Amino acid sequence: MRLRVAAGGPAALKVLAAAGAAAAPVRLVWGGPLEQPLAPLSPPWTPALELDSGTVLFSPNAICQFFFLARGEEPTDLTNQWLEWEATELQPAASAALYAQLVHGRKGLEAVEVLGKLLVHIELNLSRRGTAYLAGDTKSVADVVVWGTLFPVLQDETSLPSELQVLRTWFQSMTLSEACRKAADSVLMPKALLEFKSYLQKQPPPCLAMERATSNEPEEEEGSEPALTEEEITAAVDAWARGVAALPKPWQPQKPVLPVEGMRNVLITSALPYVNNVPHLGNIIGCVLSADTFARYCRLRNWNTLYVCGTDEYGTATETKAVEEGLTPQEICNKYNAIHTDIYRWFDISFDYFGRTTTPYQTMIAQDIFQRLLARGFLLQDTVEQLQCEDCQRFLADRFVEGTCPFCSYEEARGDQCDKCGKLINAVELKNPQCKLCRGVPVVKPTQHLFLDLPKLEEQLEPWLEQSWATGDWTANARYITRSWIRDGLKPRCITRDLKWGTPVPLDGFRDKVFYVWFDAPIGYLSITANYTDQWERWWKNPQQVELYNFMAKDNVPFHSVIFPCSLLGADDNYTLVNHLIATEYLNYEDGKFSKSRGVGVFGDMAKDTGIPADIWRFYLLYLRPEGQDSAFSWSDLMLKNNSELLNNLGNFINRAGMFVCKFFGGTVPDMVLTPDDKRLLARVTLELHQYHQLLEKVRIRDALRCILSISRHGNQYIQVNEPWKRIKGDEKDRQRAGTVTGVAVNMASMLAVMLQPYMPSVSLAIQGQLCIPPDCFVLSHNFTCTLPPGHRVGTVSPLFQKLEHDQIEALRKRFGGGQPEDLAVEPQAKQTPPASVTLMAPGDPELIQELTEEVAKQGNHVRQLKANKAEKAQVDTEVAKLLELKKQLALAEGKSPEVLVPKGKRKK
Amino acid sequence: MAAAARPGPEELALLEKLLGLPKGNKYGVQGERKVPVLQTNNGPGLTGLITIAAHLVKQAKKDQLLGSTAEEKAVVQQWLEYRVTQVDGCSSKEDTRIILKNLNIHLEDKVYLAGNIFTLADVLMYYGLHHVMVDLTVQEKEKYLNVSRWFNHIQHYPGVRQHLSNVIFIKNRLYTNAH
Repeated sequence: MRLRVAAGGPAALKVLAAAGAAAAPVRLVWGGPLEQPLAPLSPPWTPALELDSGTVLFSPNAICQFFFLARGEEPTDLTNQWLEWEATELQPAASAALYAQLVHGRKGLEAVEVLGKLLVHIELNLSRRGTAYLAGDTKSVADVVVWGTLFPVLQDETSLPSELQVLRTWFQSMTLSEACRKAADSVLMPKALLEFKSYLQKQPPPCLAMERATSNEPEEEEGSEPALTEEEITAAVDAWARGVAALPKPWQPQKPVLPVEGMRNVLITSALPYVNNVPHLGNIIGCVLSADTFARYCRLRNWNTLYVCGTDEYGTATETKAVEEGLTPQEICNKYNAIHTDIYRWFDISFDYFGRTTTPYQTMIAQDIFQRLLARGFLLQDTVEQLQCEDCQRFLADRFVEGTCPFCSYEEARGDQCDKCGKLINAVELKNPQCKLCRGVPVVKPTQHLFLDLPKLEEQLEPWLEQSWATGDWTANARYITRSWIRDGLKPRCITRDLKWGTPVPLDGFRDKVFYVWFDAPIGYLSITANYTDQWERWWKNPQQVELYNFMAKDNVPFHSVIFPCSLLGADDNYTLVNHLIATEYLNYEDGKFSKSRGVGVFGDMAKDTGIPADIWRFYLLYLRPEGQDSAFSWSDLMLKNNSELLNNLGNFINRAGMFVCKFFGGTVPDMVLTPDDKRLLARVTLELHQYHQLLEKVRIRDALRCILSISRHGNQYIQVNEPWKRIKGDEKDRQRAGTVTGVAVNMASMLAVMLQPYMPSVSLAIQGQLCIPPDCFVLSHNFTCTLPPGHRVGTVSPLFQKLEHDQIEALRKRFGGGQPEDLAVEPQAKQTPPASVTLMAPGDPELIQELTEEVAKQGNHVRQLKANKAEKAQVDTEVAKLLELKKQLALAEGKSPEVLVPKGKRKK
Repeated sequence: MAAAARPGPEELALLEKLLGLPKGNKYGVQGERKVPVLQTNNGPGLTGLITIAAHLVKQAKKDQLLGSTAEEKAVVQQWLEYRVTQVDGCSSKEDTRIILKNLNIHLEDKVYLAGNIFTLADVLMYYGLHHVMVDLTVQEKEKYLNVSRWFNHIQHYPGVRQHLSNVIFIKNRLYTNAH
């Protein structure tokens, strides 16, 4: 029989140990991790045993069982029980622990935490039976199977809690047995483990059966919830009784916010949005909104928090846009910076400062970092072959070249990066390059440039990364992307560009050049802070006191994890480097991508025109924050979540709790006499609160939102079961009960208002106003306490949320579904095109056809004239676009298909 | 609503009857997953569906249901484990689809899960899949043809189905181009 195992795979250990322990005559075949699964039904990395009969066993436990059966050891009730327990209880927990260790870099006891109760189970069984092994006084298949699952997680008995003495002894004796030791040596080689680790990193984190039960199924019965211990209940009751005294005083930082000795100083940045794009919902959730939620949470925790962001304004795109609109680049930046500022204000983003990169500080700091890098020998000079468009008379910035990707042959790759395979591209390597402005073929010309010597900086980067990963929270995708970048090898990276709109390079021979935007842009974080406070260095040159969080979408990771840290490490001025890098995946729109040019999706400036309040947008975006995997915005889901979670669950609970106080108790919180049921509820809510903190401390913003909803679900259930509206009409005892339930419920509502603040600030404020929650209670602790004591007066209570109707949502879906007559990319000229309503008219309207025919003729003449006068290519292009648009309108009016008019080169696939 | 065997005590009661054991065993459940526990007069009792089921089979002296050779026993063990880890653990339509797909591949050249012999694995897999099969559309039943054939066979095996609803399978195929 042949035993096929993949080295590094955790289950390989137990089957090898079992083969050894049962002296099974197996032929070992090592399978690589990249090969096909070893058996059709088993995932890669699990072993398979091919018996001589041709039967394949794919379950590791069945394989172990077989070895022992083959030498005559029949299973007993006890070995069966251990094997079943191992498969259903231990394995899922051990996989989670292993994942936490290898992917999240958790160490020792912390990673073993999920195993806690299970380890105790083994300890108790061993000590109660008083036997040396799990199923008796001799070693059986049960011992091997349980040991084989524990060993990869524990490695040795010292990682076991010391009070589990019997378990430690058993584990040690197993580890020392010949079969187990040999198996461990052959399977758990460091290299094999690394391979397994990189496999794990591509997998979603395993979820425990327990967690799954709470997230996917509504809780039907009490029994399905984790049990509460007496201590938890007592602690919750104590905290409740302490009232506001159980909360810390909310801390108001001085303005400007500066690091404070002895406090937790949190510096938060979100990736700088490029100035001349209007951000779409995906951009908003990817950085500014995620960072805002976290910043608000930090402030509620009394952490000294500074949140900065701003528009990234330099670069060719701005220059071109300026030409297009007949403004100077600075005017363009001013105009669009205002648009960004408006959008973020509407979304209630709580920046301490929203700045921009086109400031004197930017020049000063960027040039300083440059000089320091130059002085320390981290810059190289080289001749670069660069694409120059002879028609446009300029060197083409990467983003102004398009062509076929040299790696994956995607036809619309940009000059700096391929959108399909994600690889970075050197523009001259593009196949069939095209100037994006005039569609001309650019030529390669040599020019001098400066490079950041990344290979030389790598030796500083690696230990720093290792340390940052061990102590900080980096999302799995951030670690993965960074690792693959380093694995592919770092190369010197060009930091200068032949442009005018940028930070000038302060070096002779390069004075007509500017810094490449990705060298320059992250420095914006520093210069924006400098514009906020002249003491900016206390944030940015203070790694001892400051914890830095960078928020971004995953495409920005390499710049924040490799390139920018290299610049700062090389400049060697005690800079604050990123401790926690939080990257999201992508948010899609319905079933596709957001597309400005096709008018698909909701963009920041349109959200407010939908009539849906900003907080509902915030809630829904955070509810589907692409944490761990891509997610998709969907209108019908937005309606569903609003109507079910906000209206029926959260809003309903808070409104009922407040209404009962008003209606039944004249607006005064009644006396409360807690019963054991109430006390259990307090403990249950406290558990959810702890979970909320645990998740937010790890920046798992989406998951923490579920805790809020789960508390209000508990609250609704509590009200439903106790029926205060009936009891209020009953005898003295019933009325007291109604009072207690109302009082506990309104206090839950009060805490929910605080927990909700990072997610829905306006709704939180509204609840605060309605319930008259004292400002001193607006702080987050680990205690659920009575903040609205008996006698507290509440204000006027009114509904918090509105139902979204199907028709309204359908109308919005249509409106943002693309296929609009106006091409949003040429918005500035849109006024001149015929009104959008034309498409609504019936085809064949003679008046319209007449009007459009004239328009087309007029525009056609205009274009011909421009061409004759050798006008700027860009200008001609936009006018041609307008002409095509008019022709399309005309075709539509005549009832023809407009498709045929689109020139081939521009058609998107 | 069609009667369904919920994993745990109910299913074990069905098994007892199938094995011809007298009633009288007391069952409880434990933990979040409601793992069945068999209370015994002596000792701490037995925990776990497979463990108790195998115990009942031995009690009824029908050991052949656990397989005769080492190989058969291991195969039976493997499918019982698949039942409690994969089938019971599946929480989404997608999980169910994968399980049906895998079983369909496995059963392509087999009469029973363990090959040519009827075993405890067939019984428990039948109980575990009953609620899934009840809900399948005619088209899905045809898509997982081997699973359907096997399931129909087991539900007609004397004494297995008891009060559970009979799942209807159509003999002639309607969606011939589905494969």
